Amino acid sequence: MKTRFFALSFLLVAVIVSAGLPRSTQAQAAATMAATMPALTKQFKIAIVAPSAKNDIAWTESIFDAATKVQTELGGKDKLEVTISENLFQVPDAAAALRDYAGQGYDLVIAHGTQYGGPLFEVAKDFPDVSFAWGTATDVGTSAGLKNVFAYEARAEEGGYVNGVMAALLSKSGIIGIVGPVEAGDAKLYIDGFKAGALASGKIKAENVKIIYTGSFGDTAKAAESAKTLISQGADVLTGSAQQVPGAITEIQKAKGFWFGTQTDQAAGWPDAVVASQAYDWAPMLKDIITKRLGGTKGGVAYTISLKDGGEKIVYNAKVTLPADVKAAADKAVADISAGKIVVPGNPAMATPAATMAATMAATASK
Amino acid sequence: MADSSLVLIAAQGVSAAASYLYAALGESVGQRSGVYNLGVDGVMLMGAFTAFYSVYSGQSPLMAVLIAALVGAAMGLIMAFVSVTLKAEQGISGIGLYMFGLGLSTLLFNTLIKTPRPVDNGFGKVPIPILSDVPIIGTIIFNQNLLVYGALLLVPISWFVLNKTTFGLNIRAVGQNPQAADAMGINVARIRYLAVTFGGAMAGVAGASLSIAQTNIFQQNMTNGIGFIAVALVYFGGWSPLGILGGTLLFSIVTTMQLWVQTLGVPISPSLVSMLPSIVTIIALVLAVSLYRTQTPSALGIPYRRDEN
Repeated sequence: MKTRFFALSFLLVAVIVSAGLPRSTQAQAAATMAATMPALTKQFKIAIVAPSAKNDIAWTESIFDAATKVQTELGGKDKLEVTISENLFQVPDAAAALRDYAGQGYDLVIAHGTQYGGPLFEVAKDFPDVSFAWGTATDVGTSAGLKNVFAYEARAEEGGYVNGVMAALLSKSGIIGIVGPVEAGDAKLYIDGFKAGALASGKIKAENVKIIYTGSFGDTAKAAESAKTLISQGADVLTGSAQQVPGAITEIQKAKGFWFGTQTDQAAGWPDAVVASQAYDWAPMLKDIITKRLGGTKGGVAYTISLKDGGEKIVYNAKVTLPADVKAAADKAVADISAGKIVVPGNPAMATPAATMAATMAATASK
Repeated sequence: MADSSLVLIAAQGVSAAASYLYAALGESVGQRSGVYNLGVDGVMLMGAFTAFYSVYSGQSPLMAVLIAALVGAAMGLIMAFVSVTLKAEQGISGIGLYMFGLGLSTLLFNTLIKTPRPVDNGFGKVPIPILSDVPIIGTIIFNQNLLVYGALLLVPISWFVLNKTTFGLNIRAVGQNPQAADAMGINVARIRYLAVTFGGAMAGVAGASLSIAQTNIFQQNMTNGIGFIAVALVYFGGWSPLGILGGTLLFSIVTTMQLWVQTLGVPISPSLVSMLPSIVTIIALVLAVSLYRTQTPSALGIPYRRDEN
């Protein structure tokens, strides 16, 4: 009996250890960013609390790279200190780190994951002189009486759409695959956008855009197995999101197919497979937050990066030759999305059909 | 002739089972001697890293497996020293070993490789002549990489050693009744050292199987709890190599099926589907422990002290 109990309870622990939890949910907001920064008279200190590794070629790397980029621009560590606590996927661990950093005199503490929202608001209340930023999020805590919280998010679906357009045109088999983490947040936005882009070409049938969610963000082996599954069903172009994707990219490179990346440029490790990546650049946002704080604004602004404002860029891999018509289709998609001619599913404008319908009716009536 | 989806699922499941098999079979030998090692996942991570780094630096995959086995054996030796010589509580020391492996493999990765990079000279598929042409079975079993064959061969080998050799009898005796074994002149500490070190070496190979055969990449914490599931599979398999093989294949094939189901247009939430392997495993475990008497080693988890008896 004792053995049976031990076996069952151990299995339960094993299941919990191996399971993943959803990371983020998405909303919308916008802000204008300052073009120039005032000179720093004393060292500015940024601390980042992140769910995965700073070299994950995905979500965490995008913010860490931006912070180090701003650090270089501002003149190095003496001007801007950047500290990061990685792999704090569990919220209680992250909460402890947020509180530690706030108490250590950091100017800006970044909670780089939607799941950190609850503890972040508590810590922000206790440290009103410290600025906080969290993403993916739009809630700056005004209703909780907070004035020291910034929020940020990426319109992941926009680059997803552009990648999807190219993927559909490049696929010879007419089957494309997606390796997702969990059906939520930034990943879901990207995947929905990718699927919409792929279907927009008219070349791919809806049932031939095959999606596998691994249920985890960091399960490299499962991402590899997902890619193998998709490839054995005929997929010759893949995409995917989260830090688990190296497993999947390696498989599609082995199969001599193509890969589309998101969150950071993923071409360096897989030069034969990665066609293009949607790369996030949070640097202008960070500079704007620093500028606002130096000017006395400690929070209250929600940022969105998109293709239009340049916070999201489609980065092409020079080592993969892209046919001219595919590149032209991608450029057109970028232009149309930026101009508002294409509204990608996931965009807040799509979330309120009633409002869209009212706008359409008004436009028709005015003609 | 194109294989059906079911055959492809089974083949992929067998391939993915290799790392579970090495880890669980190795762990079962240690447990048969009376020592359970919860640090398997950490040892696997070190094995996965060292094997990957060896191939990354130009070594052959076979040499990389040997290095991973040696690193795993060294970590097994640490576990044996702590649990046999120092007689520490095994659960806690195992968790300590896990954290050590997780931390060290991450540190080494960040220092030596820095960012995820694939290798293209890992283990590839080696179809066995003639046998791989046999319908269904050929695709499922005889068209795999060398480490999968090795894992499958380890099942009869460990069964034979445990059940048909004096050494195996000594391991079982030490795990069932160390006092009696000691009285018979068996060196309890030596047998436990050997068994736990062997378990460590196999966990190292399990890691190698993950990083240079199944995926050709290394990332921090890439085992994602496989080592813990392997320990659970030892209980599942009732400490018998055949039982462990059955449990491993069940878990692995259901995991693969869960990925396939999502692509076949079945309208079920992916979150629900991803729970499938765990649910099936728990149900099978409950059935398994109800249907047959498990051979729990009586002295499992208890340090042996001659003077107390």
